[in-house]
Amino acid sequence: MTIAGRIGWIALALVGAAALAVIATARGEAVNAVWVVVAAVSVYLIAYRFYALYLAKVVVGIDPARPTPAVRHPDGLDFVPTDRRVLFGHHFAAIAGAGPLVGPVLAAQIGYLPGMLWLLAGVVLAGAVQDFMVLFLSMRRDGRSLGELIRMEMGPVPGTIALVGAFTIMVIILAVLALIVVRALAGSPWGMFTVVATIPLALMMGVYSRWIRPGRIGEVSLLGLVGLILAILYGQDVAASASWAPWFTYTPVQLCWILIGYGAVASLLPVWLLLAPRDYLSTFLKIGAIAALAIGILVVAPPLRMPALTRFVDGTGPVWSGSLFPFLFITIACGAVSGFHALIASGTTPKLIASEGDARFIGYGAMLMESFVAIMALVAASVIDPGVYFTMNSPAAVVGTDAASAASAVTAMGFPITADTIAATAKDVGEATIISRAGGAPTLAVGMAQIFSQLVGGRAMMAFWYHFAILFEALFILTAVDAGTRAGRFMLQDLIGLAVPSFRNATSFVPGLIGTGLCVAAWGFFLYQGVTDPLGGVNTLWPLFGISNQMLAAVALVLATVVLFRMKRERYAWVTILPASWLVLCTVTASLMKLFSSNPAVGFLAHAARFSDAIARGQTLAPAKSLAEMGRVVMNDRIDAALCALFLAVVVSIIGYGIRTCVIARRLDHPSASEIPALAVAAE
Amino acid sequence: MTLARLWRGIADTARLMVGVPSYRAYRAHMAAAHPDQPVMDETAFFRNRQEARYGGRNGGRCC
Repeated sequence: MTIAGRIGWIALALVGAAALAVIATARGEAVNAVWVVVAAVSVYLIAYRFYALYLAKVVVGIDPARPTPAVRHPDGLDFVPTDRRVLFGHHFAAIAGAGPLVGPVLAAQIGYLPGMLWLLAGVVLAGAVQDFMVLFLSMRRDGRSLGELIRMEMGPVPGTIALVGAFTIMVIILAVLALIVVRALAGSPWGMFTVVATIPLALMMGVYSRWIRPGRIGEVSLLGLVGLILAILYGQDVAASASWAPWFTYTPVQLCWILIGYGAVASLLPVWLLLAPRDYLSTFLKIGAIAALAIGILVVAPPLRMPALTRFVDGTGPVWSGSLFPFLFITIACGAVSGFHALIASGTTPKLIASEGDARFIGYGAMLMESFVAIMALVAASVIDPGVYFTMNSPAAVVGTDAASAASAVTAMGFPITADTIAATAKDVGEATIISRAGGAPTLAVGMAQIFSQLVGGRAMMAFWYHFAILFEALFILTAVDAGTRAGRFMLQDLIGLAVPSFRNATSFVPGLIGTGLCVAAWGFFLYQGVTDPLGGVNTLWPLFGISNQMLAAVALVLATVVLFRMKRERYAWVTILPASWLVLCTVTASLMKLFSSNPAVGFLAHAARFSDAIARGQTLAPAKSLAEMGRVVMNDRIDAALCALFLAVVVSIIGYGIRTCVIARRLDHPSASEIPALAVAAE
Repeated sequence: MTLARLWRGIADTARLMVGVPSYRAYRAHMAAAHPDQPVMDETAFFRNRQEARYGGRNGGRCC
């Protein structure tokens, strides 16, 4: 490194440290959001320049001369050596979804500081390490998928266990994403109208890009964007119209059934008709909104009104229950570390990478970028009035349903707010009410609307920006539900195919229909359970999602550890053992607490026991209205507990297999990893 | 970097984000490696890639 380079990095480190010092020492006065951004960007740059380089050069021994899959057998379609900046965009668009936007919003209930620190430490030492390692492993094995990599390096049984785990995670993700949409659109004719309008819009785009001007993605997306803006503008009139508004006003349970029906039908339609065009809209809107949020935060420079720490670090918060450890590390999954990325990093990206030297930029770099998105979501949730935050995120069972009861309940929590402020905020964003709109999306939308309206349009535009943000989230969640149902169907067909080989056939009709039906039924079950849950459902489903997602990350890191041992590089294996151990510690503690905690707000079995005891006494406990409903609550709790136990079994068995494979590899006197040899150039 | 190249880079990035790789690269590959084989026209290429992205086993999108 040159002298100037050294001075530059030292200066950056000082700037980052200064920003962190400002955040850490501010007591009582509001910290400006720009300090958070400066601290985060400094941490990312330093981690990328030093730690990621260490991982690439020393730990795994990246060799830019070694041909990648795209170089070994290019086909112009799946295997194409791609410019690293172009590929970065592809990879980032594939990994960044609703997760990094929602988790930090929910975590803000304990203050912004714990979430921020976990996002920074987690991404540098765990999340980006996982993404980079899996990309590296897949790149040296012809772009194989995670399941195949585990089978190759650890054996067929752990491979199948990981597949079962991945399918269950998919189901929970789909349910929780759909729940967020339900919570955001219930009783909101404006929001519902704009989302419904995207369906005919996407169909028209589909026809346009199929027959009228095939392949003109830019053109058709611009047309779609114009349609979206018109839908948002016109939605205000629909919501105000006495004759139209009832057509777009639904209860959560009605929305739940609409979504289940939609999911089943949409995933059977040809992909070019609905899925592909809406994917264009949601992808470009996502990238655009993220860029606009970054510009907005820097230009507006809003102060953080949420305290650095709230009294809810003790685990009694209304948004989610449980103490900071382990539940913060479960609540913020994506953005710090997300196991789901292991599926993406072993998907299309390794087949497109042009040189091994690019793996650091794409694998590690794109995850840093996702963490930055999560930091911005945390900022957006923290710039709004904390009173408004808790009014929006507390369940109706806690704050009631009218402005007066909500104002007194939230003020009693220690976040003073008046009924007038609640009513005024609802009016500003063009909604009938903002009380207990859990799920994260509406809160984020209020935060984004607050930032955007200071940039463009002022208070008069706030309702437009709020519905723009809701639409942007709903759009890519619906795309994820649709694409996820299809992917889940194939996973299920592969799993059933292990027993009944004919089931694997991807094109035959009956297995496809059965697979789709089972997949929709599975996530629909959890969605219905969440929607009818008096505590909002987020309370139950989000921890399950976080636990499963972090466990998949632990599995991917165990795989990476095994491969380091098999490469005879075990002296560096601490880079994956360290984050894997932390994730196992958090997820195992959290799932044991979810199973066995005696506090009914945390433990599924304790909650089930409370309700079944009441049934034995012939009592009904709120919110259940009959003994039959009571029975359903008990049943749901037991299914959630079983799911938790399943996740636990998956991770414990993978660790067992991992340790065994490491021990065997250590005894050998030669490397045993099944990489494609460096010299197998152009084997075609 | 010229403005035209910058624009082409942005267009390629946007298209690959939704799963459509470069048609130019495909043509170049076919011309160099398989001059004897038929080449898909741009419409067929686009439909082929659309089906590969959404119809197959890699439809998973992140949370």
